[in-house]
Amino acid sequence: MSTDIKSDQEVDTKRRRFLVTSTSVVAAVGAGFVAVPFLSSWMPSERAKNAGAPVDVDISKLEEGRLLVVEWQSKPVWILKRSPKTLSDLPKIDDLLRDPSSENADQQPAYAQNENRSIKPEILVLVGICTHLGCSPTFRPEIGSVDLGADWLGGFFCPCHSSRFDLAGRVFQGVPAPTNLVVPPHKYVSDNVIVVGVDGEAA
Amino acid sequence: MGNLIGWIDDRFPLTKMWNEHLAEYYAPKNFNFWYFFGSLALMVLVIQIISGIFLTMHYKPDGAMAFASVEHIMRDVPYGWLIRYIHSTGATAFFVVVYLHMLRGLMYGSYKKPRELLWLFGMFIYLALMAEAFMGYLLPWGQMSYWGAQVIISLFSAIPVIGDDLTLWIRGDFVIGDATLNRFFALHVIALPLVLVFLVIAHILALHEVGSNNPDGVEIKKNKDANGIPLDGIPFHPYYSVKDIVGVVVFLFFFSLVLFYFPDGGGYMLEHANFIASDPLKTPEHIAPVWYFTPFYAILRAVPDKLLGVGAMGGAIVVLFFLPWIDRCKVKSIRYRSGIFKANLIVFCISFVVLGWLAMQPVNEVITFMSRLFSFLYFAFFAVLYVTSKNESTKPVPDRVTS
Repeated sequence: MSTDIKSDQEVDTKRRRFLVTSTSVVAAVGAGFVAVPFLSSWMPSERAKNAGAPVDVDISKLEEGRLLVVEWQSKPVWILKRSPKTLSDLPKIDDLLRDPSSENADQQPAYAQNENRSIKPEILVLVGICTHLGCSPTFRPEIGSVDLGADWLGGFFCPCHSSRFDLAGRVFQGVPAPTNLVVPPHKYVSDNVIVVGVDGEAA
Repeated sequence: MGNLIGWIDDRFPLTKMWNEHLAEYYAPKNFNFWYFFGSLALMVLVIQIISGIFLTMHYKPDGAMAFASVEHIMRDVPYGWLIRYIHSTGATAFFVVVYLHMLRGLMYGSYKKPRELLWLFGMFIYLALMAEAFMGYLLPWGQMSYWGAQVIISLFSAIPVIGDDLTLWIRGDFVIGDATLNRFFALHVIALPLVLVFLVIAHILALHEVGSNNPDGVEIKKNKDANGIPLDGIPFHPYYSVKDIVGVVVFLFFFSLVLFYFPDGGGYMLEHANFIASDPLKTPEHIAPVWYFTPFYAILRAVPDKLLGVGAMGGAIVVLFFLPWIDRCKVKSIRYRSGIFKANLIVFCISFVVLGWLAMQPVNEVITFMSRLFSFLYFAFFAVLYVTSKNESTKPVPDRVTS
């Protein structure tokens, strides 16, 4: 057998560089394709996606000023029955809020894009997760408070980073939370039963 | 014996590596106690790996079983309490020695040319260590585990456009759940320890390539004897290997004191709320991270804007990577640097400690004001350093190391 090794002069360096480069590019593309299943495996599984089924809530026993917490998609959902006074107080603090008229459409369905942020004026439905870093704010309905100030008209206070929201889940200015609390899709199937997790018609 | 070593040396560079890294690695003879913390960090890594391996033999990374399995370790497993407390105390010890090790680097200019890459490897170790500690803290699946992770993962939601999808991808569910716990377990026990070990090897190889700095900040390789051995160097083994054992004894004394008498560190190492099983519907009244993250958390809390707050928090860590290029002074050691540098470094250390304390306090106006002031001072360190280091009035640096 004769040796087939070429001397340096005979090497076609252009051709060799082309082969090395094209092999590398093909390998990189292949590695990119192989990465897809691994990265995709971190997305929510089919089971996790199906767990977010709608939840029925009976509000017939909910008293005025009381907060009901239910679980939907493993998140706390608050249902608050507000008094007429609370509702009439809401516009008073518009100047202190970032988005008083709920212009950010991502934070509520269209049927809750009103001054009370609700379908029925007195019944407020919110996802109880702060829009800052995901803590669950505490319900602070009292008017005037030692730590929140004498002019506090009731609302929600996040213990993690002190974000404040009013009794319509609207965020105050000067706090870290950027947006109003989220109103989840919900509808009334009867006067006293709310389904959280599905959209209904505008009330 | 000699034959065996010879047999191995023909097949594997055993003697060569022993000499390069221990018996003939010449370290400056003027190391002081600040030089214990590197080897101590290595030892804590070993403690964490061993205690961690034994914990995985009893722990269940399952949303329904995790909390109970930790209680099982604490109550039923023979000496399970000890192994778990070694691991939790080890986490705190790791950050103590790493912070002191980093401060040593700041004082003696150990990040400066030619040790920039050494510093960068060290910073990546610090980053991996923070990820490792954060993911480990989720595993007990208590209230603080759950809500702490909720807050930290939500930090990524501040990133414009992709933020929400990114957090969904990290969690693997719409909230933190079994999927999150399971993947954090995998990362905590396999992926990140491997990364840490490789980074530590790179850190040590980089150190041994350029040689150790010392409290005088002079390069001992500039003065060599006829055999090419630095005049101010002594072999790491046996001189520093034996000296480091003294450091280990002192370290283990304090480690045992915490381990046996204050295993929860007064609520700063194992937070009280974490003895309650995680509840996705209720956030604990007062939420604060474990002590080693608190300075950065205080910076986050000081900024009343989500994106800017997260940016400032991240920036407080990222800026450390650039230290070798921010500090433009040719003189390395604090011993021969200006009063401005000394004052600046002291203010920086005070700011770091005070920020750590502030993050553990419930928020009010005074705390918020102080958080902003000390966050400003934290960043001011780097700005002042950049401006003043270019033409700093330094003292003459000796040619050889001093005592």
